[in-house]
Formats: sequence, C-alpha cells, structure tokens
Amino acid sequence: MVNININGQDLTVRENCTILEAALINGFYIPTLCYHEALGFYGACRICVVEIAAPRGQILVASCAYPVSEGLIVKTDSERVINARKLILELLLADCPDAEIIKIMAARYGLIETRFPPEEEGKCILCGICVRACHNLVGAGAISLIKRGKNKAVSPPYESVTSACISCGTCETMCPTRAIDIKVFDRIKSLHEYEGRFHTQRCNICSKYHVDNEKPGSVNNWIEELQ
Amino acid sequence: MLIKEVSDLRNISQKTLNEMFQISKIKFQVGSATCGLATGAGQTLSFLRELSANQPDKYIVDEVGCIGLCFKEPIVDLRMPGCSRIYYGDLNIYKAEKLVKSLEEGDIRKEWVLYRLDKEKFINEDEINLASDISDIYREITTMEDLNLFKGQMRIVMRNCGRINPEQIDQYIAFGGYKGLFKVLKEMSPDEVIEEIKASGLRGRGGAGFPTGLKWSFTRKAEGSKKYIICNADEGDPGAYMDRSVLEGDPHSVIEGMLIGAYAIGADEGYIYVRAEYPLAIKRLKIAIKQAREYGLLGQKVLGTDFSFDLKISMGAGAFVCGEETALIASIEGLPGEPRPRPPFPAQSGLFGKPTNINNVETWANIPVIIAKGSKFFSSIGTEKSKGTKVFSLVGKVKNTMLIEVPMGTTISEIVYNLGDGMSDKFEFKAIQTGGPSGGCIPKDLIDLRVDYEELTSAGAIMGSGGLIVMDEKTCMVDVARFFLEFLESESCGKCVPCRSGIKRMLQIIHRITQGQGEEKDIELLEEMAKGIKDASLCGLGQTAPNPILTTLKFFRTEYESHIKHKRCPAAVCKALIEYRVIPGKCTGCQRCVSVCPTHAITGPRSQAHNLDKSKCIKCGACYEVCKYDAIAGDAIILE
Amino acid sequence: MDNEVYIIEEILSRFPADPEAVIPILQDLQASLRYIPEEAVILIAERLNIPAAKVYSIATFYNAFSLKPKGKHLIHVCLGTACHVKGANDLLEKFKRELEIEEGETSSDGEFTLEAVRCIGCCSLAPVIRVDEETFGTLKQERIPSILEKYRAKSEGQEC
Repeated sequence: MVNININGQDLTVRENCTILEAALINGFYIPTLCYHEALGFYGACRICVVEIAAPRGQILVASCAYPVSEGLIVKTDSERVINARKLILELLLADCPDAEIIKIMAARYGLIETRFPPEEEGKCILCGICVRACHNLVGAGAISLIKRGKNKAVSPPYESVTSACISCGTCETMCPTRAIDIKVFDRIKSLHEYEGRFHTQRCNICSKYHVDNEKPGSVNNWIEELQ
Repeated sequence: MLIKEVSDLRNISQKTLNEMFQISKIKFQVGSATCGLATGAGQTLSFLRELSANQPDKYIVDEVGCIGLCFKEPIVDLRMPGCSRIYYGDLNIYKAEKLVKSLEEGDIRKEWVLYRLDKEKFINEDEINLASDISDIYREITTMEDLNLFKGQMRIVMRNCGRINPEQIDQYIAFGGYKGLFKVLKEMSPDEVIEEIKASGLRGRGGAGFPTGLKWSFTRKAEGSKKYIICNADEGDPGAYMDRSVLEGDPHSVIEGMLIGAYAIGADEGYIYVRAEYPLAIKRLKIAIKQAREYGLLGQKVLGTDFSFDLKISMGAGAFVCGEETALIASIEGLPGEPRPRPPFPAQSGLFGKPTNINNVETWANIPVIIAKGSKFFSSIGTEKSKGTKVFSLVGKVKNTMLIEVPMGTTISEIVYNLGDGMSDKFEFKAIQTGGPSGGCIPKDLIDLRVDYEELTSAGAIMGSGGLIVMDEKTCMVDVARFFLEFLESESCGKCVPCRSGIKRMLQIIHRITQGQGEEKDIELLEEMAKGIKDASLCGLGQTAPNPILTTLKFFRTEYESHIKHKRCPAAVCKALIEYRVIPGKCTGCQRCVSVCPTHAITGPRSQAHNLDKSKCIKCGACYEVCKYDAIAGDAIILE
Repeated sequence: MDNEVYIIEEILSRFPADPEAVIPILQDLQASLRYIPEEAVILIAERLNIPAAKVYSIATFYNAFSLKPKGKHLIHVCLGTACHVKGANDLLEKFKRELEIEEGETSSDGEFTLEAVRCIGCCSLAPVIRVDEETFGTLKQERIPSILEKYRAKSEGQEC
C-alpha cells in the first residue's frame, strides 16, 4: 500500500494502481472517455487529466495511465485541470457535434457552445475503444485506426466490407458516443457504414437478431474454431 | 582480420596515416556529402577520378564528408607533396577542369582558394606538419585559423567530418577512432563509464537536454537481462541537418559511441533509427557496420572480451512524430508511430517491453571523445550547466549558411555576425528561430543571448536539435507561426485530442489572420488554447506545439495586431495582403518578367517600363524573383 | 498483375514472419512497385499472422507509403523552415501550375508525382527540391520547366 493525497485528503491505496483507480475507489469523480475497465488505458482523450506535483513542478497527467507512488499529491479539479478539460470538450463539441455524451459532459462544465466552427456532422471521438476491443477482446481485428492527424479515422481495410468482421457488435456496445450503429433490416445485419452484411436469425430466448450459422466468418463458426 | 590488441589498432593507424599523408602525388579530396552532391560534387568527383585513373602516377583522389561550409560546396581540397592543404570552394566540374589545366602549368589558382591548412591536428592533440616550408604563394593564402568562419568554432562532434573518408574504417582509426572503446573494455567497469559520462556534464543533444550519464544509469539499473540501446537518427526538425552530416561524414563515431554506451548499460543489441530521407547516410552506415563487424568491433566477443553487441538499421517511413522516443519504439516494433503515456519510461519498459536507452546521433558522437580525453576536458568547455560544444545548422537569410560547432554559451550575435557574416539580403536581422517546431523565435533585442539549454528555455525557445534559422525584415512572424502549425498539423499522429484537434483549430485561426480576416479576440483565444494544449497533450510534440505561437506572440505581438486590426502584413509576405507592382523608374524594360509571368499580367515593349495588371496577377512572385533591377515591388496593402 | 503478386511474394520471402518486419516489407514494396497494392496488404497480413486491418493502418499512417501508384519520377519540394522563409511555397505553386496537379497527385501522363516534404536536410541550399535521387539547391521558379523537361527526356530515353 502507498500513501497519497487527493484534493487534500490523505489516502492509503493499493500499490501499482493508477490515479484514476485510486480516485474512483475513494469516491472522487474523474471523467473518462477513452478509458475502459476491460481494455485498460490508452491515454488519448486526455479528459481525465489531473494535476500532480512532479519533480519538475506542477504538471497535468492522464490519471488513467499514471501509476500512484508514495507521497503523490493529486488535484482532480484545480483551475488548470478544469481549463484543460474545458478546452478538450470545446474541441470535441466542434469536431463531433452529434455526440450526445460530449454535449452532456460539456454542459457539466458550463459549456453549451463552442467557439470553433463546428463540423457538419460527426460522432466518433477516436477514443479507439472499438478498435482495441475488436483486436484485444474479440480477436477479430476487423477495424483499425487508419491515417493520422486530422484525417485519422476508424475503418476496416480500404474502407470497405471486410471478411474479418464477425458482426459480433462488440464495437457498437462499447462505443461511448454511439458512433457505431448496427442496423438490422429484414434479417440483414449491417455494420455501421462499413457495409458488411450478414444474414441473421432471430434468437428464441432474447428475441434479438444474431448472425446466421451458415455464413462463413460468423460468430458461431469463429467460436467453433476457437474450441 | 580481427582487432584484439591495442597494437593492432596502432598498426592500422600508422599504416593509414602514412598512406594519407606521406604522399608523392597530387592528392584531391572531394567533399561528397548530400549538400556537396546537390551542387555538383558528384561530377567534380567523377572528373577527378577519371583523371587519376588516366594518370595514376600523378594524381590520387579520395572522398571526404562535409566540412560544414555548405554555402561553398562543392569543396575540394588539394595537397601537393610536402605542401599545406588548400581548400577550394564552388569547385564545379568546369572549374575543376580549369584547375587541373592550371596546375599542369604550375598555377594553383590562388584566387579560388578559401584557406590553407598547415598542420593536421588530431583530437588527442597530436599533429602532423603538412608543409616543411611554406612557399610565398601559399603565404598569401589565409590560414584556416585566420578565417572568420572558423573563429570561435571547436570541433568535437565534427572532429573527422571533411577530413576522413567515411567509407574507410582505417581512416577513422588513424584519426584516433576506437581508442575509447579499447579503454572502456580493457580498463573500465560499466559503472566507471557511467560515472565518467555523468562527470562530463554531457546532456542529450536531441532537444530536451536530459543528462546522458543519468539516463544511462536508469537503464543500467533496470531489471532484466535483455536491454537495448537506440540511436535516434530521425532528424525531423526542419532546418536541422547536423545528424545527417555526422552520419554521412563520420558514421564510426556514432557506432563507437553506441558500443561504449552498450557496454556501460549492459545492452547486447542496438538499433539506429534513421529517416528514409537520408539515403546516403543509410548507405554509409551500412558500410561502416559491415567494416566494424569484419574487424570484430561489432558482434560476438568484441575485441576478444566477453562483451557482445550488434547493430541493426531501422529505416523511418516518413513521420516526424517518430522522433519522440515512445513513437520511435512503436515504429521499430512495426506499429504506427503513436506515442505511449509515460511512465513506464523506456528505461524500464521500452523496445519489445525491455529496458531501452535512446540517445541521438550527436550525443553518441560525443561519447568516444569524452572517454578518450576524459570528462574534465569536456566539462571545461561550455557554460555552468551546458557542457561541451553544440553543432548548429546556421541557415535562412544569413550569408554563410553552414554547419558550425561552437562551445555552449556562444552568443547569437557571434554566430550570426562573425560566423555567418551577417545577413544575406539587404534587409535587417529580425529574429532567429531555434528548436524546430517545438522551439521559438528569438528577437533582435536578445541577440546577445548565450546559447545554452537554460538561456534558450528562459527566452521561451528550446535548444532542440540545433537548427538556427535566421529571419530578416522580409519574414512575417505570423506567417512563420502559421508555417509551424501547418507542419505540426500534418505531422501530429492524431492520437490525443488536444494535439489533433487543438493544432487544427489554432491553424484555422492563424490562417484567418494571415488572410486579413482575424478578429480582435483571436489573440486571447490563441493564448488560452496554447496553455491547454501544452498542459494536456500526450507527448512532447503536442506539449511543445504552441511554442512557436507563444514566442511570436510574446515578441512580435504588434505584427499580429497589424494583421488583425489594420489587415496589413508589415513584412509583405502574406499573399492575401500584398500586391505586386512595377516601379517605373527602375524598370529597364528587359522583358524577363514578361517571359516568366504565368498569367501574362505583365506587358510592355522592350526597353520601356512594363505594366502589371493587378486583376490578372496571381502573386506567384516569379517576376520579383527574376528582376535584376529591383523594379518589382511586393507591397503590403491594406485590405478594405 | 501476376507480376505484382510475384514481386510481393519475392519481397515477403526476404523477411522473417515477424510482426516487426511489416514496415521494412512495405518499404521494399513501395520502392519496387511505387505503391502498396491491396493484395500486398492481404498477403503481408497472412504471412506475418496479423490482421489486415493492422497492415492497412500502418500503410496509411506513414507518409512513405502510397496506396495509389506513384509517377515515374517523384518530385519532393522541401517545405522545411529554411526553405519556407526563402520562398519554397512559390516553387510548390509553380510545380502545381506546370503539372496541372495538386500536392500529392500524379500528373496525367504518369510521369511525375508532386509531394511536399518536411525538410530533406539541405537547408544551407534553401530552397531545395529533390527529384528522385537528385537534389537541386537555391532553386528559382524559372529553372523548373527545364528540370521537368530533363526528366521527361530521361523517361523517353528509357522507353526507346
């Protein structure tokens, strides 16, 4: 166990845990977007920044990735932290005007409007949760983050149908901004704009549509392969 | 042949020095680094090679790296038996042909000679007298020591550049190479090596200036038997090319430095991550590595000891962000070059999850000298906290554009006016940009600033890798800020929001300002964003991205205000805010501008002042560029 | 096409089936074929046993790789700081006008691909461009047509 201090409160927390884990366990709220318990940290959205005292002075670090250490002093909502979060949210409001969660989060910091000219549409905040889930949890590796900088996007290879997708819907389930949308039309399940289409059957138990057994690359075949 | 004893090294050295200096023929050495080749050194070299092939009893020719006087390339040096070495500048093939003809008539073409060198001095303070007696003709030539270009310079990193053939390991050895490696393997423990580097005060030359010895000790102490070292040769800062020059001119200095580092840290494998834009550096590194293996300096049981180390080259694929340590590691691992959060630091978990130490080219090249000459020698150079020398590329609007190596603490004015010989055009000095896209612009008022890590940081800039870009009154600082943001926008990996989106939005604002559409609140917004981006970005790229904006705002705020309030670009650079016109009194009617104008906006008969139709002008600047009479003006206008 | 697959297979055979080989493989492919064909992405993924999505992600991340075939000659206009302050943008614009293409595109005759690069390390000779392996320093707009002509002639020479 190590002793740390969050917002003036002395705490004893588990060694090797992150600031975020220590804060959440002890009831301090820190917003997150790209962090997911099942996937670990990625450190991309920066919304979880907190202020710590480091040898080179007071700095902001991503609490999801920063490990606690003896004597660490953390501020989760100093003015500097709030300003950084507000900037991030204001940028995201402009880049992803259709992402509800961003609007809600921004409103929590008193932000209703953005000073930057907003994009026409957009929900994806490039948190990489879908990609990491597809590779690390599902093991399908159907999508990835392509290109870089302002052109970065989530996509399967060549932005078209991919046989690697097993239509499991994990990406859709885990996406924090509902940017991925699996639609079921007339027993055809279509994934987001990737146009991967799969025949489905209605499940007797849950009454949802799932991918048909016959289709190569479907969930069932894939599970069989695993076994 | 395997080198195992100091005597082996001594034998090679003696033999090679004799070959190099006890000559009975006329010897040419051609500087054939990339900047030389770009100005025609290749043709000069082939001509001279053919000459020596035809008359092998009379001429010998060798290649050397870049001596640093890039603005005088191609540079060829000539030595006749028993004479001083003389250096010719601008020696293209035509001049080379003329020179050879003159030499046959006994004329050395004194007027083309830049300087002479009477003594070849080595880093270990040995010297070889090149000329027993200096003839009257030679006496009329300035010596290297008397040339302003070299006054105040001190060569540690570039000790061999332009003096040895980089493709001949024997010449490196002859100039004292691999002695440092011998010393550490035979006489020093790894901890002693680290202590020596710590005592020297050497700090990382890649930009941030972290103490090298301390960095090594972290990786040495890290748990695990497998450790890596990496040479960061992904020299991405625009305006900096000293690493290319060192790799092209003296690759063994880096290899020896890495061998010493590997021994101290306990690594058995190393990578040199070099950008693909440097094909010649890659070629010469490959040759150097092969030669070092043949001598048993790389590979299993180096010099017959228990120490083993081998090197691989990893080629960059065009991503500036890969200069960042964790992105570089990702790239070697075969991943997109996205930085990772730190901790864990590479010293604990780096390449393939193993403890890894990364230093840049210039840092590694310093190591053999520190070991061979001792830490005291090194720490006696420079300022209190910045020791040794630093190589700078002095470029931009300065007369002498070149590589210089000066002790830390040399002032900007010494660099620009003494070494650089002042401004290249008729305009006055305005600012000097240091540290690439992470750095800043230092104004005229701070011209007496001593260049070291602390002083530059206090001015809001950084040392960076050592690019010094001189700017004059015709440089618009808002445009410079826009340039860097554009650079960073296209080089951001896009992983974290503040960098990906923040830079994009800052650029939009700056772009508006340069178009004459800025608003008064823009400056405040830029400053607010700069703070947030610095604070919240994941890696060094984003954390330092606002520096060019912040320093230009700090020192050149009036220029921003002029663009915003008066819609005027004082330097007459921002295209939306300028207008070209013909100055009737100066125009001679030579029609050069007429012939280059792509839109036929300039018209007029020969020998009469021309007319420029503003409605057709696309402001390409072609007329301005070709006019010999300064009769084209690009004026700042005020946008209505 | 078959020839392409042959080249891809040949390049793959030079490397160990190791995920870290993906960038060197793509580099060799780019050098041989002047682009990364779709089959290559799939074959690399199979050979290295990694998802094709990962290979695609790398091929689109790094500037050195192109998914479309590049022209016979690659023009790199350096837009480093030193080149910028010495008017490199005007050079880029001149190339765009001469070739009637935008940055990153290939001329309609397939001869030239125009790319802006961030510093090729010849700052002392700014402004600088590089065509294939040849570097041209202290360049003026005026010289550009003759440089293009020289390379066009070169291609014709090869075809004869």
